[in-house]
Amino acid sequence: MSPERRVLRLARPYLGRLLLAGVLAAGTELAGLALMATATWLLITAAGQPPVAALTVAIVSVRALAIGRGVLRYTERLAGHDAVLRIITEVRARAFATLAGRREQARSGDALSRLVSDVDAVQDLLLRVLVPGAAASAVGVLALAGATAISLPAALALAGGLLVAGVALPAAATALTRRTADRVAPLRAALAADAIDLTHGAADLAAFGATGTALDAASGRARELAALERRLAAAGWAVDAAGVLIAGATSAAVVAAALSASVDGVLVGVLAVGTLAAVEASLALVTAARQHTELRTGLRRVADLLDPPPLEDRSGDTPTALRDVTVRYRPGGPPALDGVSLELPPGHRIGIVGPSGAGKSTLLRVLAESAAPSAVGGLLADAHVFHATVRENLALGRAGATDDDLAAACATAGLLDWVREQPDGWDTVVGEDGGQLSGGQRQRLALARAVLLDPAVLVLDEPTEGLDPSAADRVLAAVVASARATVVLVTHRLRGLADFDHVVVLDNGRVVQQGRHAELVEAPGWYRDQWLAQETAERGYLSAA
Amino acid sequence: MSRRPFDPRLLRRVPATRRQFGALGALGIAAGVVVIAQATALATLLAAAADGRLDRPALAAFVAAVAARAGVVWGQGVVAARAAATVKAALRTELLGSVGARGPAWVAGQRAGEIATLAGRGLDALDAYFTGYLPQLVLSVTVPVAVLARLTFADWSSALIVAVTLPLIPIFGALLGWQAQAATERQWRRLSMLGGHFLDMVAGLPTLRAFGRVRAQVEVVRRMADGHRVATMRTLRIAFLSGLALELVATLSVALVAVPVGLRLLSGGLTLQTALLVLLLAPEAYLPLRAAGAKFHASMEGLTALNQSFALIGDPSARPSATASVPAGEIRLERVTVEYERGVALRDVSLVIRPGERVALIGPSGAGKSTLLGLVLGFVTPTSGRVLVGGVDLATADLDGWRRQIAWVPQRAHLFASSLADNIRLGAPGATDEQVRIALKAAALDEVVDALPDGLDTVLGERGHGLSSGQRQRLALARAFLRDAPILLLDEPTARLDAASEAAVLAATRKLVAGRTALLVAHRPALLAEADRVIRVEGGRVTADSPVGAPA
Repeated sequence: MSPERRVLRLARPYLGRLLLAGVLAAGTELAGLALMATATWLLITAAGQPPVAALTVAIVSVRALAIGRGVLRYTERLAGHDAVLRIITEVRARAFATLAGRREQARSGDALSRLVSDVDAVQDLLLRVLVPGAAASAVGVLALAGATAISLPAALALAGGLLVAGVALPAAATALTRRTADRVAPLRAALAADAIDLTHGAADLAAFGATGTALDAASGRARELAALERRLAAAGWAVDAAGVLIAGATSAAVVAAALSASVDGVLVGVLAVGTLAAVEASLALVTAARQHTELRTGLRRVADLLDPPPLEDRSGDTPTALRDVTVRYRPGGPPALDGVSLELPPGHRIGIVGPSGAGKSTLLRVLAESAAPSAVGGLLADAHVFHATVRENLALGRAGATDDDLAAACATAGLLDWVREQPDGWDTVVGEDGGQLSGGQRQRLALARAVLLDPAVLVLDEPTEGLDPSAADRVLAAVVASARATVVLVTHRLRGLADFDHVVVLDNGRVVQQGRHAELVEAPGWYRDQWLAQETAERGYLSAA
Repeated sequence: MSRRPFDPRLLRRVPATRRQFGALGALGIAAGVVVIAQATALATLLAAAADGRLDRPALAAFVAAVAARAGVVWGQGVVAARAAATVKAALRTELLGSVGARGPAWVAGQRAGEIATLAGRGLDALDAYFTGYLPQLVLSVTVPVAVLARLTFADWSSALIVAVTLPLIPIFGALLGWQAQAATERQWRRLSMLGGHFLDMVAGLPTLRAFGRVRAQVEVVRRMADGHRVATMRTLRIAFLSGLALELVATLSVALVAVPVGLRLLSGGLTLQTALLVLLLAPEAYLPLRAAGAKFHASMEGLTALNQSFALIGDPSARPSATASVPAGEIRLERVTVEYERGVALRDVSLVIRPGERVALIGPSGAGKSTLLGLVLGFVTPTSGRVLVGGVDLATADLDGWRRQIAWVPQRAHLFASSLADNIRLGAPGATDEQVRIALKAAALDEVVDALPDGLDTVLGERGHGLSSGQRQRLALARAFLRDAPILLLDEPTARLDAASEAAVLAATRKLVAGRTALLVAHRPALLAEADRVIRVEGGRVTADSPVGAPA
């Protein structure tokens, strides 16, 4: 099914409102056409100096049409926007639900803002393509019917003009816009990358004396883009110029045809101005075609988000083990986890360690998704902090938590002093992705949220990342001590694992060693090497400092 | 907030556009003439047609006028698009050039994102301004003047009414427009917050899932989007009202003109041809003004981008070119203080680094270690005090020449959107593939590169392949190996590396340090073993400076 159809299927409950907007839009155009035609009729008739009474109806109509056109346009715009915004509400909710059902990694900021503008593409499709396109078509058909009633030869001339303006020119505009997009888009993308390199890489370029070269390349590309834009403008604007030409030429042809068919002189004038207005109205299809072409990629992406999978309920039972778990991110790709099993005896402290990329975070994610958050949950990699208050962020962990609950959790995570210092306290807004917080505070907030969740199995992925070493040890000890149940901790710091019941070493998606800390430091392998390196590092550092 | 519709700085800053603006003006005048010609011919044609006659010369004149109008439309579009292209290319080059001229310290942080966005896609918003608004602005002057002149000649009383009512459009536009704009801006902040919420929710989806809040949140998103709709509609009711008012003003004005014309026609005091001319021309006088007003909002984004660009480019002749060449010799900081907007980074620091010395800088993060490296690189200018190399003050030195003696390994090297090989060749563009290979091996990056499907040709950076922190660090080391400069500045990463990459980075660093003057920011004690001397920096001051091995 085409993306347009999928969007429209979603719009079905609002079809009445959309239709109303379309009818009002057509009405606006028709009122404009009728206004000019009636006024012309009025003047030509008046020139014959008839009694005033013969003109009364026309005079009243002109007044009504003049005011009616403005009012119609106003109501049309309101009705259109209202309908479209209702549909957008549905699109946003569905897109969100679909994304929620997909188990994919966090996206980059750029991909996210593209998602938002894709949703806006639906708005443009309805408001700038569908409604005006339908209205222009309706006006064309009605104008043609009116012309046929007056004179068939004139109607044929009008039909020719409408076909060019409403079919041929939009097709040409579509082809040109598509060609422009295909050729301009790669250059613009390259230029955007140049701009990022020259700004974010400014220090690297300056230090290595490469600023000049990079700048030359970028300005060369900017000039190339400008040359291309200049060339493409000539073709693009030719379509608009052709529209103006077609409107006038059709009008001239209609006058000639009507006169040769001996149509009444008054009606020739009506036909002439009516034709100008009708063809100009149908040129809206050219604009609609351009818009549609520009929207197509965004629409295609958003159409894939409109059928959310049902949200599955996860079991509330506490898992006691993972058995033989294998995970691949790409079919046929290397496994991120390769037959990993993990026992989870209640109340045990379990450490997961290993080099980066070993599969530690993947293991935690699999564990967390095996059961409801009340059973397994905590702090996973890439924890998001919402642009909301401290309280609202913490409430994710426990809805309806009291201030005492919040204070206890924040005390454990070492955030309480900071919250107390803030003028707004629990209602302090933390900024976009916690941007108003330091890296350490952000991490503590995420940690406090995990503590509030208080699940049967608490999973913690690098909970003290961004804290300095002594604070890291202190906070981690407090969190582990406060947990009432099983703890599964992913960490790169081996200090603090000495009291753990079990430590698992992962490498390349497999368990390569396991046991208690004391056993692992005795056995040759990754764990002992890493332990020695870390210990020497800390001692060496202390003596050197 | 009112804004001027045309920024005169454009003419000064992008002189190439002067001719294009001249052409736009000339085409605007032509458009006025053509509008009159078209209406005159059509009125003549229809007046004759009312008697059942086909006036062939008038028909020909009408078609010719229409063709000319089409030509003018084409010309305006093309000239405006050319002006847009010229301005964008010039501003892009200037914006990016200002980064080069002012140095990395100026561009660091938020400004980098701002410039990258502007020079990338931000300036494309100027297209709407140039091709949509500017030609209309010209027409809104030339066409009403032409129409008034023609009407004065044909029927002065109609001309008088048009002349009196015409100013109502800009007056009403200004009054209602400002009203609507203030309301819109108030709402806009609220709306963009709602839009931002949707983004925030999507960005936080994995977290919502982890806390079992997705189902509840779908409803929240729906409610938020619905709130968005209600707020938007409230704004639009007012914003569209100004459009309605302007349309009614124009229509009523045309009616004011048309009614006496009709009456005079009835009493035989006016010819049909003149009456038709008035009817056809009067609306043309009001149209361009309304169109320009309607398009102004759409072009605001472009004007904002233009303003932002001029503000960022600033005074182009900011830094005097300094050319003193820097001899090899000791690096000496004399009572250097560096103040940033957010505080003092270094206070009254004096130190000397002799050629061949290997100095480690230690201290807590934020103490001023990276600022010290920035001073030596010439990225940071002292607020007071001097940085001398071989007796030459860096403030007067040819910095490019000085930097040729330096290899720099930053904390987080930038990955350029080009091949991996080109990324390594950054400081030595002429290096052969063989030399690149040797540098790769020295930096212990060769195995990583061999594992990539495209090897050295792998495209990195924006839209390209990413590297892990450890790989990125080794890429920076490879750059430094290939640069093969006598002085090494190394800012050790705080990012955690796994054991294997840490060992590889350390081994490579050891090889790189050998035989060079080195200034090493060391977070890791393992690196201290490579230094002859350790300097401790705390709170912007040097608090300890001792040779390694001396009793602590």
